[in-house]
Amino acid sequence: MVRQATRSVILLLVGGAILKTTISGTFVRYVKEGMWPLLYVAGGAMVLIAVLGLVGLFRKADGHGHEHGGRFDAAWLLMVPMLAVLLLAPPALGGFSVNRTGSALGTAPANTDYPPLAAGDPVRLSVLDYASRSVFDGGRTLADRNVKLSGFIVAGPDGRVYLARMRINCCAADARPVKIGLTGALPGGLAPDSWFEVVGKYDPRTDLDEVSAEKIPYIAVASANPIAAPKKAYE
Amino acid sequence: MRSVEVLAVLLIVAVLARGLLADAMDSPVLQSWTTVFISIVIQAMPFVALGTLLSAAIAVFVPPGFFTKALPKNPVLAVPAAGLAGGILPGCECASVPVAGALVRRGVTPGAALAFLLSAPAINPVVMISTYVAFPGQPSMVAARFGASLAAAVVMGWLWLRLGRDDWLRQPAHHDHAGKGKLMAFVSAARHDMTQAGGYLAIGAFAAATLNVTVPPTWLRAVAENPVLSVLALAALAVVLSICSEADAFVAASLTQFSLTSRLVFLVVGPMVDLKLFAMQVGAFGRRFALRFAPTTFAVAVLVSVGTGALLW
Repeated sequence: MVRQATRSVILLLVGGAILKTTISGTFVRYVKEGMWPLLYVAGGAMVLIAVLGLVGLFRKADGHGHEHGGRFDAAWLLMVPMLAVLLLAPPALGGFSVNRTGSALGTAPANTDYPPLAAGDPVRLSVLDYASRSVFDGGRTLADRNVKLSGFIVAGPDGRVYLARMRINCCAADARPVKIGLTGALPGGLAPDSWFEVVGKYDPRTDLDEVSAEKIPYIAVASANPIAAPKKAYE
Repeated sequence: MRSVEVLAVLLIVAVLARGLLADAMDSPVLQSWTTVFISIVIQAMPFVALGTLLSAAIAVFVPPGFFTKALPKNPVLAVPAAGLAGGILPGCECASVPVAGALVRRGVTPGAALAFLLSAPAINPVVMISTYVAFPGQPSMVAARFGASLAAAVVMGWLWLRLGRDDWLRQPAHHDHAGKGKLMAFVSAARHDMTQAGGYLAIGAFAAATLNVTVPPTWLRAVAENPVLSVLALAALAVVLSICSEADAFVAASLTQFSLTSRLVFLVVGPMVDLKLFAMQVGAFGRRFALRFAPTTFAVAVLVSVGTGALLW
């Protein structure tokens, strides 16, 4: 009886934590943005089951009042992620994970026929789009255009500086970085993990990633401005 | 002290110690660990909720004799039928564990329920589509994944029929639902399954996040050239990473330095054996079961996928 009540409260807290991170938008640090409907359903179902369970317990409070003493109850373990979400809410993965996993553009897409860039000077591109156009298409569509990229700074080997973004397919456990080498007019004080918006032109230089042995493309930077870390850190 | 009071004290202490806790977790390793840990749990929760609601519904609303009538009488035929039926549960492994547990309790022969447990997260349409998208220009990967996963699941089911012993399976003691209304019985079964599956998922996520931030990734590069080592390395990686079966194809696609066969091994082993799944199997069926079942599944999955790869590529 009491154990049922405890389980209901734990379930209520876990469902509440899921709903809270979904409503506040911090869930995009952990899972893909498109998961929000599933998270509402899951959090809502847990809260509903917990509340119905508590109501049921109060309505017939005469039940067997014993606890099956001693035996380990796995429900307690749910407290760990619940407290981590509510109290710690750690940020999206950054430089530490980039240096562990290495650049991961993957295989060239079947269709390497990249459409021309949209209008705009500079034109905004995702780090992934810039890197794919550079590595798989030799920068053909990038030539002579001013492009604008945003990402965070990663210190590479031999004093090189990379701009990186993490990609996720499902959750942060499958996060893989995409890196772009920065050359040209770099300001001082590019602290690792700080976010920058850079404007520049395609540079044919490439590096080999130390971890994944994939190509890392370059951009010749004309200007770089610090920006606040975006809410949605993954691409 | 009663458990509700323990819970209240724990929550008050956690809130008061919040500042200390945040300071202690401030290093990049611990922050990354926490992020990965939370993300594995949150990502799995919708599927845990789906699976446990389904398992509670099976326990309460499906009449006891239903599955024995729906499946072939002969257990040898029931195994592949259950394996194929796994294709209709559109979830990942976190959903299939509680459902398989409910099937066993509802009288499905364990061999068939286990074939369902293994095939469901690997061959459902969502997983097939994501595999197709992740491997552009290589539709043979989709066919290979489907065939190898189904074959491994059926082999495991048959192995259980032949060698398995029912006393290895711990039947979780569900409370007797008699005397309660159907709705309250459902609520109580769902609450039990959600907290148990979720709790064991947390153990698995804990282990997977720890390995995710500590194992040096350069090890992988060192073995990619060797055909035998690369198969074993990606099989081990699938166990360690514990990625959802709906996302693992994208990770496999990014491991470009590895052969197609070793990446197929990654895709077949992952949904059948990984750290969080092992923890959840301990929760659903007991340690004696999981300690025998998981290593055998690992070996069968590796052998079947290497054989499939040898046939195809």
